[in-house]
Amino acid sequence: MSKLGVLLRTTAVRLSALYLILFSLCAAFLVFYVTGMSERLLQQQTRDAVTAEVTQIEQVYTRAGINGLLRSLERRARQPGANLYVIAGPSGEILAGNVASLEPGLLDREGWTEKPFAYQRYTDETRQDSHVALAHVLMLDNGLRILVGRDLQEPQKFRALVRQALMVALGIMGLGALIIWFAIGRNALKRIDRMSEASTKIMAGDLSQRLPTSGSGDEFDRLSESLNAMLGRIEKLNEGLRQVSDNIAHDLKTPLTRLRNKAEAALARKGTSQRGALEEIIGESDQLIRTFNALLMISRVEAGSAAAEMSEIDLSQIVSDCVELYEPVAEDVGLRLEADVAPGMVISGNRELVGQALGNLLDNAIKYAEGAADPLIKVSLGRRDGKVVLSVADHGPGVPREKRDEVVKRFVRLDESRSKPGTGLGLSLVEAVMEMHHGVLDLAATDADGADNCKGLTVHMVFPASAT
Amino acid sequence: MVTRMKILIIEDDIEAAAYLAKAFREAGIVCDHASDGESGLFMASENSYDVLVVDRMLPRRDGLSVISELRRKEVHTPVLILSALGQVDDRVTGLRAGGDDYLPKPYAFNELLARVEVLGRRKGTPEQDMVYRVGDLELDRLSHSVRRQGKEIPLQPREFRLLEYLMKNAGQVVTRTMLLENVWDYHFDPQTNVIDVHVSRLRSKIEKDFDLPLLRTVRGAGYMIKDDRTASA
Repeated sequence: MSKLGVLLRTTAVRLSALYLILFSLCAAFLVFYVTGMSERLLQQQTRDAVTAEVTQIEQVYTRAGINGLLRSLERRARQPGANLYVIAGPSGEILAGNVASLEPGLLDREGWTEKPFAYQRYTDETRQDSHVALAHVLMLDNGLRILVGRDLQEPQKFRALVRQALMVALGIMGLGALIIWFAIGRNALKRIDRMSEASTKIMAGDLSQRLPTSGSGDEFDRLSESLNAMLGRIEKLNEGLRQVSDNIAHDLKTPLTRLRNKAEAALARKGTSQRGALEEIIGESDQLIRTFNALLMISRVEAGSAAAEMSEIDLSQIVSDCVELYEPVAEDVGLRLEADVAPGMVISGNRELVGQALGNLLDNAIKYAEGAADPLIKVSLGRRDGKVVLSVADHGPGVPREKRDEVVKRFVRLDESRSKPGTGLGLSLVEAVMEMHHGVLDLAATDADGADNCKGLTVHMVFPASAT
Repeated sequence: MVTRMKILIIEDDIEAAAYLAKAFREAGIVCDHASDGESGLFMASENSYDVLVVDRMLPRRDGLSVISELRRKEVHTPVLILSALGQVDDRVTGLRAGGDDYLPKPYAFNELLARVEVLGRRKGTPEQDMVYRVGDLELDRLSHSVRRQGKEIPLQPREFRLLEYLMKNAGQVVTRTMLLENVWDYHFDPQTNVIDVHVSRLRSKIEKDFDLPLLRTVRGAGYMIKDDRTASA
């Protein structure tokens, strides 16, 4: 498409064209109305003047007779810019006056001529211009006809002048509009070109690209800004997705290989021992499914699709439920699960996800504190600085301060804990859940010695202040 | 076996449906199959089934709309929804549409079988039974007391609910997830064998001083409470 074609298709040009047409129509209407009105006014004046003269002439005729009338007309006709005067015989032949010829039949009717008529003047015989005039015909009792008229050239000139002015004004307006179109349209077009250039790059896969802003804060800038915010979100989600697929590639390969090896071994074996191997394979695939489910859950929580299922939930009840659920497990491995739960802690949240998050923390605590010198795992729920804080504290090996950011990442497990079962996704889910609840996940040491290091792990789930 | 249970599977994946049908038949359940929503709706309203197993994503009419349409037509056959989505909010929408149970894919067939059997039996088990009996074990839902051979066994409230659920479905396998869902009312993955520990505690209480074991572990599936001396509970 040609550049002009593109320009003509822009909204600015289309809108300006529409406005121009509307405006021109209004202007044209206005000018025609004004000229029409003034013409009517002038005609009225003409008629008035003619009527006055006709009255005078009638008076002259009654007072001074035909001679007086002729003299009076002679005198009037010689004045500069004089009106039209014609004295005609009963058959319509012109006897005297300042008119060379008239439209035939004009003198047959008394009173006003029906419409302006063409005539030729005596004085400018050489040019033989035809003029237009309005006239009144008077029939005298002796059969003579007298026509008194006035030339309409002046009003017509006036009208032509106004029309011309209108045309010039419209022309200038159109030209101006064209220039403005060009300027605005080209400017808008340039910015849109820059925007589509950036989007082409983004489409090609460079999500770090952003749409240009001019800093003027106009509607283009606002559009760019909100699109940029959207791109930021997409980039973050995409990054998460990429991370997940990388992790899947790395961390699921191992259990899949193990699964395959077991299946191969089972195939090689014969008879009843196959059953045990198959059960192991099922166990292995269950673990894989569990990992996939956890991954899916994390991404869905992060994508915010579970946010719709938020309601008022009694956190105290959930904590009591979970502690009751996990208590026997802790007891079985020689740990003591103790709960200090403030009643009536109501927050806005998702019961299942908060339960899952707390379950993950309890599971971790039980897993890693097993065999610790101090067998106490303490779960506490209370209000601190107006925020609702749920903490799980164990006296296991803890997490060194520098590794605390790391363990929250997907599939990250500290080296020495590889022997414990688990997906490496527990804390990632807890963090995603906290983010969804606009809260914070905070890892600390349980027994803060001077170095705040490696003395058990306390995980705080800090929920924002609730209404109650 | 009294009468065989008859179920309808509405599932568009032919291979999965064939596998399910075969497995259900091996478990002694008569099984019909519909491969799209419209024909499933037709079959479910024209015939009498004990349980409907409905996939959520179906051609021609999606699973949830099949269920709501059935409920609108006053067909109250229990429905188990199968779904590849499998998240908390999906479960809620599924149950809101009129489903009775919800199982996310991928699932173990044992899990599905246990749930279908419990759903199919639901019609027959009167909810208003005030006392559940399995062998010499007796659970009184009104006074919240449990007796065996006339001897009172003290139980924690949660243990009582666990036993109540097991006995309500006596003679049937209940899975660990079913226990977590029905006794604790949570749908999350507890990571460890929490349920096993609770069940083994309960078991020790109701079986310790008695000869006959009642609460059995079904390998690869879950638990079942049953009096072995009678053919069926």
